[in-house]
This record gives sequence, structure tokens and C-alpha cells, in this order.
Amino acid sequence: MHPAFSVIFFTVSSGAGFGLFALLVLADLLGLGGGLSTEQKLTAGSLALFLVAAGLSSSVFHLANPKNAWRAFSRYKTSWLSREGVFAVVFFPFAMAYLGLTWLDMAQLKWLEVTVGVLAAVLAWITIFSTGMIYGCLKTIRQWNSPLVPANYLALGHFTGALLLLLVASRGAVDLNGYVTLTAGLLVAAAALKAIYYFWISTPGATSTIKTATGFTRGTVRLLDTGHTHGTFLTEEFGFKIARQYAIVLKVFVFVAGFVVPAVLLLTGKADGAALYAAVMLAVLGIVAERWLFFAEARHVVNLYHGAQHT
Amino acid sequence: MRLGLVIDLDVCVGCHACAIACKEWNASGTTAPLTDYQPYGAQPSGVWFNRIRSYEVGDYPNNKTINFPMSCMHCEDADCVTVCPTGASYKRAEDGIVLVDQTKCMGCNYCSWACPYGARELDRESGTMKKCTLCVDRIYDTFMPVEERQPACVLTCPAHARMFGDMDDANSAVSVVIRERGGYQLMPELGYNPTNHYLPVRKAVPIATENLGKQGFKDRLKGIVNKVVKR
Repeated sequence: MHPAFSVIFFTVSSGAGFGLFALLVLADLLGLGGGLSTEQKLTAGSLALFLVAAGLSSSVFHLANPKNAWRAFSRYKTSWLSREGVFAVVFFPFAMAYLGLTWLDMAQLKWLEVTVGVLAAVLAWITIFSTGMIYGCLKTIRQWNSPLVPANYLALGHFTGALLLLLVASRGAVDLNGYVTLTAGLLVAAAALKAIYYFWISTPGATSTIKTATGFTRGTVRLLDTGHTHGTFLTEEFGFKIARQYAIVLKVFVFVAGFVVPAVLLLTGKADGAALYAAVMLAVLGIVAERWLFFAEARHVVNLYHGAQHT
Repeated sequence: MRLGLVIDLDVCVGCHACAIACKEWNASGTTAPLTDYQPYGAQPSGVWFNRIRSYEVGDYPNNKTINFPMSCMHCEDADCVTVCPTGASYKRAEDGIVLVDQTKCMGCNYCSWACPYGARELDRESGTMKKCTLCVDRIYDTFMPVEERQPACVLTCPAHARMFGDMDDANSAVSVVIRERGGYQLMPELGYNPTNHYLPVRKAVPIATENLGKQGFKDRLKGIVNKVVKR
């Protein structure tokens, strides 16, 4: 698949935003590290909303005919893309109500604050799941058609969100141990799920081949002629291919920058300023590389008609 | 009613006439235009509903070239329709034709990702997804002679490799030919249940070229005549 920058930015940014917001609500409920101050909660919440909004508006740039984008909310009964849009938009009023009530900080409205906060967190989880299912539901791409895909999206969104929450928490008077533990736990979960995913997609298994695609199942099948002189929409959109050796180098980068170095910085750097900023920057770079690979390594079955023996 | 095409791979000669006729008709049809990019330039490309690829099956000397036209399969379980977030993609209940409402499409490409057959192509000019309409603006046109109410590709095929009809009617010409010739669907394992079917190449006894045995009187006489007669 052609890795489109707008979609990579959208999934990384909104995933981190939803993850950050859900974890903020949880940390607030549990009073993690003695509880965040109101300013910290507002900072983290606004950052989350900004990341989600930036991601959503970036996804509109991916459209060839954006004037019809408003119609994307209409087919939530069947389409995960539509569901993602609907849940993301429904999330906003709850998230903003939660931040507003946090700002007011009135004891008699605490129950409402908790209720809308938990609802916003649940909506955030459903939205990240929907983002993963946009890819996970496609039977045409075996690298995507797996429950590991939404699991990866959830884990990576929460890991990057936890890093950002730790960053906000570090600029105040709370005990950081809980936040570091939370981030480290999510880091391990995200890295493990990603490793399982890479292992899983490395072998084709029982999938479509050029033989089932053409129906000539009794002999070898080779492409003689694609029928077009230059590229087509299909070769532009689905023809992208990454060489195996580059994919391996990038996977090493994903793990080193995304997980290993941030883990070392978290556990040794006492989560102080410079080390934490470095950890966040590196993790984001690693996750962007991960997302680029997610698209680059996906092989659509239409490539079988263009001569690929298997996907 | 479930309208679709049957393509006979045994007789398709790979002339691309179906694709040309399709382009000619649909360039002014309901989803027109089918934009071309650099049609006379160094890198010609553009929107087509129908594409013909050629494959070599088997290994020499038991190999064969098979020409393989592909357009929208008008699937029974069309994921392109279920994944569409805007409702622009739809499948008609009355005849099973899958269409894109050009006024609703937002050009997100998601339906093309869901299609295993490469039937959908984005038009960069209009920013909308375009695909085979099964010439829906021909087949119901009562101003046309009855025999011309067929998709343009079917009408034009010089080898009669394409047939159009109702798959739900067990006695329609397409249903009969699918039954008798072992017509099959592409990538059945994905479960899209495509309406279009392909007829396999007939099993033909190869013409012997060696060890032909002793020639009879008739063949020897023919050989003498062939040597004598100048053509």
C-alpha cells in the first residue's frame, strides 16, 4: 500500500490524543501519584483534544473530494470508517464537559465530572478500536486482516499517551513513580504486541495466490502483460513495495527508537526534563516509522493480477 | 434478478476491444468523464472500467497464453459497499448492479481497498471513485433496439467471448453456459460471491506433431500432389 503522510499523521496523532485522554481520566480517578493539579489536568486534556483535532483534520486532506466529507457520518451501521468519525465527534462534547467541570472544580458536581470523564474515556477506546478495525476488517490485505491490528492501535495509542501524560505530570509536584510504572507497563505491552504482529505477518499462511486469483489452479501462472503502458490507479495505490532489507532496518529502528531507548531513559533518567523530552521525541519517531511500515508492508490481493505469486 | 457477465477465456483473443468500447460509451455515460492523464504524453494513464491482462499458464511445452479481461464483478457480498462511509457506493436491490453515486462520493479510496478485483479507480479530476456500471444507461434504454440493450463490451466483442444475462434465472443463456462449461468465480476464498463468472479453457486434444505413424495411400498421394502443384 502507498503510505500516505496524512493518514500516518492522523493515526499517530489521534491515537496518542485518545490514549492520553483515557489515561488522564484514569489517573484522575485513581489519584495517581497524589493526584494531578487542575492546571496539569487542563494541560493534558487540551493537549489530547488538540492532537485528536489535528489528526482528524489531517485525515480530511487525504480525501480527493473533501466537500462531501460530512456525509462520512451517515453509514455507521456498516462502515468502520464512518463509525470512527461518529465516535470521534461524539467524544468531543464529553471530553470538553469533563475539562470544563475540572476547571470549575465544584464538589457538588464531582459525580458529573466522573461520569462524563469515564464516558469520554470509553468513547476514546471505542474510537481507537474503530481506527484499527478500518484496516482490520479488510479481507483483501492479509497483513491487516488480524485482531492484532486493533490491539496494536490501542496499545501504541496508550503508550504514546502515557508518555505525554508523564511529561505533563513531571512539570508539577506529583509523585512520578506511578506514571513511570504505567508508561513502562504500556511500553512492554505495545512492544510485545508489535513483535507478535511482525512475527505473524512474516509468513503468508493459507491465503490467496495468483492461482486462486485467476482460477488457473493446475499449473504455474506467470504474468505476460498488464495491459497498460504506464501506471494506473491500482499500481499507484497498491503497487508500493518495500525491499526486505529496508523493512528489517526500519523494524530495528521502530524497536530501538520506539521502545528500547525510551525504556532505558525512563528507568535510568529519573524521568527528569531533558531525558523525558528525548524519550517522547524518540518514541514518536519510532511510532511514525511503525505506521509507515504498517502501510508499506501491506500487500493488497490486486497485486496478484499484476504478477505477484502471493501476498 | 442478478445481472452480470460471463467471460469465455477459451475464445478471448486479448484484442482490448471491450475496454475501448467501454471507454467510448462510458466517457459520455452516467459516470462520465473517464479522465485521461497525459493521453499523448510520455506516461499515458487514466480511468478505465475494464482492463485486460495476459497470463502464461503452465511450463513450456505445455504452456498456454490466456487473456484475462476484468471489470467489476458486481459481487453479492460486496465489501466495497459495506465499507463506504458516505453511502455513495450502493448495490441495487432490483438487479444487483453495484454503482457509485458521484454526488455523494468523497474520494477516500476506502472502497478500492476493500475490492479484491481492482474494479474501482479514482478519477483525480472529479475526485470521485468510478467503476463499471454494467452499462446501466444502455441495458434499460427502451429507445434502443432490444438486441442492443446490452453492455458495450458485450456488443463489441468480435470473438463473442462475453455474455450478459441474469444469473438468478436458471435457464438464462449465462446460467446454462456456466453450468455446462464449469464457469467459476475469481478468489472464491474471500467470500465476496462475485456475480461475474469465467469459463475455463476447453480441454483440447493437442495436434500431434511427431510419431505420426505410417502414411496411408491418401496421404502419400496428397504429398505427391503438393510437390507437383505450384501455389
